[in-house]
Amino acid sequence: MSETIAFKPESLAQVHKIIARYPESRQKSALIPVLHLAQKEFDGWLAVPVMDYVAELLSITPIEVYEVATFYSMFNMKPVGKYVLEVCRTGPCMLNGSDHILDHIRTKLNIKDGETSADGLFTLKPAECLGACGYAPMMQLGKFFHEHLTTQKVDEIIDLCRQGAIDLD
Amino acid sequence: MSKKLLLKNAHIEGIRYFETYRKNGGYEVAEKAFKMKPEEILEEVKASGLRGRGGAGFPTGLKWSFLAKPEGVPRHLVVNADESEPGTFKDRYLMEFLPHLLIEGMLISSYVLGSNVSYIYIRGEYSWIPDILEEAIEEAKAAGFLGKNILGSGFDCEIYIHRGAGAYICGEETALLESLEGKRGNPRLKPPFPAVKGLWERPTVVNNVESIAAIVPIIDISGAEYAKIGVGKSTGTKLISACGNINKPGVYEIDMTITVEEFIYSEEYCGGIPNGKKLKACIPGGSSVPIVPANLLLRTINGEPRYMNYESLADGGFATGTMMGSGGFIVLDEDQCVVNHTMTIARFYNHESCGQCTPCREGTGWMYKILKKIEKGEGKMEDIDLLWDIQRKIEGNTICPLGDAAAWPVAAAIRHFRDEFEWHINNPELSQTQNYGLAHYADPIPAVAK
Ligand SMILES: Cc1cc2nc3c(=O)[nH]c(=O)nc-3n(C[C@H](O)[C@H](O)[C@H](O)COP(=O)(O)O)c2cc1C
Ligand code: SF4
Ligand code: FES
Repeated sequence: MSETIAFKPESLAQVHKIIARYPESRQKSALIPVLHLAQKEFDGWLAVPVMDYVAELLSITPIEVYEVATFYSMFNMKPVGKYVLEVCRTGPCMLNGSDHILDHIRTKLNIKDGETSADGLFTLKPAECLGACGYAPMMQLGKFFHEHLTTQKVDEIIDLCRQGAIDLD
Repeated sequence: MSKKLLLKNAHIEGIRYFETYRKNGGYEVAEKAFKMKPEEILEEVKASGLRGRGGAGFPTGLKWSFLAKPEGVPRHLVVNADESEPGTFKDRYLMEFLPHLLIEGMLISSYVLGSNVSYIYIRGEYSWIPDILEEAIEEAKAAGFLGKNILGSGFDCEIYIHRGAGAYICGEETALLESLEGKRGNPRLKPPFPAVKGLWERPTVVNNVESIAAIVPIIDISGAEYAKIGVGKSTGTKLISACGNINKPGVYEIDMTITVEEFIYSEEYCGGIPNGKKLKACIPGGSSVPIVPANLLLRTINGEPRYMNYESLADGGFATGTMMGSGGFIVLDEDQCVVNHTMTIARFYNHESCGQCTPCREGTGWMYKILKKIEKGEGKMEDIDLLWDIQRKIEGNTICPLGDAAAWPVAAAIRHFRDEFEWHINNPELSQTQNYGLAHYADPIPAVAK
């Protein structure tokens, strides 16, 4: 199956642009940015053949890619829903009610932390401080932060997701 | 009103874009700097007394003077925009709203350090900000402030953005460099220091976003003038990101001569505590600095008012004081539970430990587990002493300071709030529905509630 994995031409151009930011023979530096691209393009997670493809692109060994992919929390090592709700639960967010927001989502979608809803749409991923502590509680959805969350606001966001009407990128 | 140097133009509509930034005096400081010799600029930075704004407070000028300059080896400036310490969101503000201030600061700093290729390492979750920065870089390049032969000086400079992928440890400068090399974020043993062997074994300076942005006003008004702002070794202005139980969370620029009391209660800053609640405790410098109860926050142990600067916040050491840290100011009101808060912080450090050192990897896990147990009303009295022992065994026994950063919040919570831990243990059921409240350590809170 690995021959079927390939970046779209515009992403491949992006890969080359990224590699050019680093000195010659230091193309390994492009690994994390390229993994971000790969995760976006190949269903939101990093399957082994995808990581092998990235290794080949950067002329490094697959193990160098696995090592890095498993270290960083933004890379998903198993399939996720279309909408990954990353809700911050660290101290400052907790002070402003993030536990309540998390409970609401767990009940509403009938999922536990790290699980994906039965319809395959939502994954709940509790997160640690995302740098929005003054605008708490908050969650990240795709590229963007949703801040000052209330249960009502969460309901609206989930509805928008179901309608496919939310901006992820 | 505090003097504003970094945020003075933040309110101007469109300041994010080159044209508006330029119209409001932008890049004039860079023009001034390029008429100076790099050594002259370095002297100004030294004279300013600027201390690194990333948390450790190391003098920036001194750090720059350590940079090795072997013949024929490229050098690099790397800006640390990993900003992941809970409570801290000031660099995000600078990058989102004043990207050109950072770029102008990087241009001047790169010129001083001789870095022809400089990087911004930004935490991956700030995923919309690289677009803002890249647009600003393109604009600066089109106007001749980046690229080849800048302002006819013969100096070339490129700036690239590098996104991380969700690892607090990559804010530690050597872990950051590993990550920038495409590896796991495992901190390196020092020496060698990055100033000698950093990125790709080349001499490297790593500085925080706010430190580099501050170079612009320093060169603008001169190091000596900058040093006159503030007090003692706390020179210039500092960004504070305020959060928790306050009326006006946000990012504020202060000049380090105001009191903590004014910062919390005045309308200019936090605007007091919501719903007329009382202040219980505060972590004034990001999650890793010691939590202090209200009485010790507002007054030192000698009864003097505490000020928002490096020395005053640290007055009394860890016994009765705390730290300025990254300026992540977290406020807890009377309804908050210190055990629960400390548990989330312990979970954070456990989650973020890179796992290289046993005391940190195992110790943070144990601290989290025990705190969770106490929080759930399943703790035993011995657990408090066990927690104390564990944090003692982590502190100072690890490769990088994350171990200390994980130990200090637990130590301070037990030091000042031991009775709250004991109450949880003695009241396993009650503690699940009620909070301990203020109890005795709230006394003597000075009469400040306005
Ligand atoms: C665990 C850990 C996390 C850190 N995170 C950051 C960070 O997010 N941003 C930052 O500027 N410095 C961070 N630092 C401090 C850096 O190692 C380094 O001292 C700093 O970037 C130097 O810049 P400055 O002198 O301008 O403050 C961290 C340190 C440690 C030990
Ligand atoms: S102290 Fe913790 S984070 Fe730092 S190197 Fe050791 S294990 Fe890693
Ligand atoms: S604690 Fe949630 S964003 Fe910082």
